[in-house]
Amino acid sequence: MIELAFPPAFILIFGALLIAVARPALRPVIVLLVPLATLWAIWRLPDGVLLTTQFLGYPIELVESGKLRRLFATAFTVMAFAGGLFGLKQARWTELSAAYAYAAGAVGVSFAGDLITMFLFWEFMALFSTLVVWCGGTDAARRAGVRYAIMHLVGGVILKIGIEGVMIHTGSIDIRPLDLDTFDAWVVLAGVLVNAAAPPVSQWLSDAYPEASPTGTVFLSAFTTKTAVLALILLFPGAEVLVWIGLYMVFYGITYALLENDMRRILAYSIVNQVGFMVCGIGIGTQMALNGAAAHAFVHIIYKALLLMSAGAVMYQTGRRKCTDLGGLYHSMPLTMTCGMIGALSISAFPLTSGFVTKSLISEAAGQQGLEVVWMLLTAASAGVFLHAGIKFPWFVFFHRDSGLRPPDPPWNMRAAMLLFAAACILLGCFPGLLYPLLPFPVDYVPYTASHVVTQLQLLLFAGLAFFVMLSQMERMLTVTLDFDWFYRVLLVRVAVVVERAWHRLIARLRDLRRDLGAVLGPRFEDWFLPQGRLAQTWPTGSMTLWVTVILVLLVVLAQRDTLP
Amino acid sequence: MSSDERQHAQPPPAAGRPGLGRPGAVRVLWIVFIAVLALTVAAELVVHLHPRFRLERWFAFNAAWGFLSCVAMVLFANLLGVFLRRPDDYYSRRPETPDDGERRGD
Repeated sequence: MIELAFPPAFILIFGALLIAVARPALRPVIVLLVPLATLWAIWRLPDGVLLTTQFLGYPIELVESGKLRRLFATAFTVMAFAGGLFGLKQARWTELSAAYAYAAGAVGVSFAGDLITMFLFWEFMALFSTLVVWCGGTDAARRAGVRYAIMHLVGGVILKIGIEGVMIHTGSIDIRPLDLDTFDAWVVLAGVLVNAAAPPVSQWLSDAYPEASPTGTVFLSAFTTKTAVLALILLFPGAEVLVWIGLYMVFYGITYALLENDMRRILAYSIVNQVGFMVCGIGIGTQMALNGAAAHAFVHIIYKALLLMSAGAVMYQTGRRKCTDLGGLYHSMPLTMTCGMIGALSISAFPLTSGFVTKSLISEAAGQQGLEVVWMLLTAASAGVFLHAGIKFPWFVFFHRDSGLRPPDPPWNMRAAMLLFAAACILLGCFPGLLYPLLPFPVDYVPYTASHVVTQLQLLLFAGLAFFVMLSQMERMLTVTLDFDWFYRVLLVRVAVVVERAWHRLIARLRDLRRDLGAVLGPRFEDWFLPQGRLAQTWPTGSMTLWVTVILVLLVVLAQRDTLP
Repeated sequence: MSSDERQHAQPPPAAGRPGLGRPGAVRVLWIVFIAVLALTVAAELVVHLHPRFRLERWFAFNAAWGFLSCVAMVLFANLLGVFLRRPDDYYSRRPETPDDGERRGD
């Protein structure tokens, strides 16, 4: 059966263009309809390679569908819909247009059947996500956007080098699992890991995302890191190094979130933390672990967007984002608080929420493989997630000390978007069977056993106890925490200043030297070169002939020197 | 932000104070919370658990592990904070873009 397989990404791109040029009255309709149309197109695609063409002599597979790819594309499109709804009346149209193009990049990567297509959509995402950061509109957003763009362009170059290596050495540009026994594969891995916010560059995420607008941050949270997760599942399933990279990310996210004061930055760190769980699952590499990573990516997109929507609603209503300026908002924003709490419980993997089902898949896979240390660390990390995202965020924003602020809940479209995703969190948590058929491998796992529920409740509630016992240790402070970006934001600038000063000193020295030399040699040069100088005078013809003869003799002798004895 | 607002937001509260109005409410919440905690541990007597690893066989392992690992994480984060925390205008008060450098160079 040959059907017209229209790339779903093109619908979103077309939608992004349409949003930009349409009459204002039509824009909300377009914003809501385009993701639905895309979703329809995604689910019409049968499995397999569907659209091929030639590019530079390579076979390009513009659309390749399959369960895993469909799962991610669905998550991205649903995200675009909810994000569009959330920013329907508040976000600027340029921003929504850029965000839809960004989503198109993510959907394009999901269906990319070869490395070239993947790379093109990868860069497309980098481009438009930078625009979304810039739409934050502040000077801080402009600067953060520049740093973000540099990071992703560098990451893109690394990825491209790796892809070219793979192309040259294997002759194939297919997306298939790569063994980490060649330099090329390692470079591809490094390029993908930049987008996954892996160490040492994890900080690009918490640096850039919180500077975007309330809507922008919601969009940003979903696409870049999760396409990287998809790429890792497709290219490096079972690569052991990912287990340790993932664990590092998990604890990095918790540690930095515990020190952070900005509510949206806390949530940004917890993205790194959650992506760490997925990366770790990919490293374990069994069917259950890969199912877990994919499922966790799917539900993570939903509850993280929900958390950022509730934070965005707070920011939109109060104009504040630091925990030190917030608190006690439960008085006047009950709906935002409830939705934020549902997101917080989901991310903490509380029973009856979506995270409970998917995170268990990953740690269960670690347990089944007998990876005791990994399992212990993942369990500790689950407790840590409850600590930093599950309690810290809602506690300091909605409860704790009353800030005296009494803003109402946000406008209807923001409330609707939050309710939609809150419902999704609960629905997927109560009926995990809805999610299982979408996963790449068959699922044989029952999350709701009495044993599992009791152990998970113990773990989380005692983590909660730790929070309140240690509350004095967690006091909010007006601080930022240094990270790897210190090297290029501060150290590099300091080095540049030193080099610049040294350069200016050198120039000054040379200038002095020229002046001094001029003072000493000037009169001699005048003797020789000025109109009355010796070299400007007319010379007798005889003397010139004499010198020409001398030179000629020298040349003849030199030319014959090889034949001389 | 004015300085009195900052003061308003900053003073350390009594532990566990949710700002739920009456001081008595906090006490009730603590009692309920501790009762629930005790209940989850007691449930282990009734529910048959399926421990896989050695440590898991210990009674109330998950409770202890959850509590201790979180305390450890908070302490570790604070230790790291001693070295890495900076005032929150740390980056905004120093030049970081090349054009700043050029301007200064002139």
